[in-house]
Amino acid sequence: MEDVTTSGRASWFQATARQRVEGLLDPNSFTEFLGPSERVQSPHLHLFDLPSAFDDGVVIGRGKLDGKDVLVAAQEGQFMGGTFAEVSGAKLVGLVRAARDHRNLPQTVLLLMDSGGVRLQEANAGELAVAELMRAIVQARCAGVAVIALVGGRAGAFGGAGLTTATCSRVGVSEQGRIAVSGPEVIETNKGVEEFNAEDKALVWSTDGGKNRRLLGGADAFAEDSMEGFRAAAKALMAKVPAFDLKTMQAEQERLAARQKRFGACDDAVSMWRILGIKEPEAIRDMDSKEFTELANSIKECNHDAR
Amino acid sequence: MQTLRFRHTAKRRLSGKKDEAIIGVVASGNLEVLLERVLPEAACEVDIATPLSGYDETWKAVVAEFVERSSPGGLRISINDGGARPDTVYLRLMQGSALMEAE
Repeated sequence: MEDVTTSGRASWFQATARQRVEGLLDPNSFTEFLGPSERVQSPHLHLFDLPSAFDDGVVIGRGKLDGKDVLVAAQEGQFMGGTFAEVSGAKLVGLVRAARDHRNLPQTVLLLMDSGGVRLQEANAGELAVAELMRAIVQARCAGVAVIALVGGRAGAFGGAGLTTATCSRVGVSEQGRIAVSGPEVIETNKGVEEFNAEDKALVWSTDGGKNRRLLGGADAFAEDSMEGFRAAAKALMAKVPAFDLKTMQAEQERLAARQKRFGACDDAVSMWRILGIKEPEAIRDMDSKEFTELANSIKECNHDAR
Repeated sequence: MQTLRFRHTAKRRLSGKKDEAIIGVVASGNLEVLLERVLPEAACEVDIATPLSGYDETWKAVVAEFVERSSPGGLRISINDGGARPDTVYLRLMQGSALMEAE
């Protein structure tokens, strides 16, 4: 019997981390490392009278995508906001370091990001984990490993998860996926509602959401919100991972400098889309993923060799 | 945190070959249920960790009803609760035993 929660049409946004891993990889190809029965849980949460999770909210392991061997990690956005903490962070760091150090392991790592950032109850360990993970990703990329972030969960990729995503070789995102460092509420609290109104969901999604990230070149593939959609995006990204060398770094620096120069004066996403030469930028929000993908693929800025 | 343990003798061993299954997520109003086939034939143990205290009798009744209905002999069941309602707990337990019964 087919499981509706992991079938190709099932929503990525609604799914749990385990369902995403199941739906993304080839059937029955996944082997988990440090599975729930090993009970590698947070040593801190009980001190706060908070429930732990058997996997501390991160699922790691190996499997196949379209026949190709991959390592995979998935954050559970519903558990404590998918946060980076001592154990969940160590699982991510360990997986990427393993790819870095062992040529016999798959040399592609898929990171299914779904996190609001660092877990406040274990903040020091969480911040360290983010720094260690970013360092491990850079080292792994230097060693020739492709690290690909896929963003489309309920918690988005904020704080350390946004930084981690930006450190990857390639990024795939769905319309529901949001990528940023400071979340909308954080910006509003610190800078005032005139700066960013976190209640205005259309504003939040047009700024942090997947369509804007794709159009500005912050993501390299746009995925439909389904298992099939993310499978297709991951396959496409795995096929064109840039070398991580001086040339790529310089290209990335130039890309970001040009982007700041071009859009620096804009105060919303629609005006940036207009500068990109999109005739009806207001129509972007209502475009279906097929139409939007075609548009994004036709714009030069969205399709670069940097990262 | 409150921890509860219930020991039951089920009518029979739960069918199926799966050694382990997990269902649900620790989130508000939800829970995760880990099922492991590690006990003798008819034995069943349910361990619960919940942040809410004072619902011992409710847990006891839901677990007893589940054991009666699905006869989960041989299973150790561990629960991390996020404040789930009894109907959600019952649903997850039934989903979990169905996963263990799958061939």
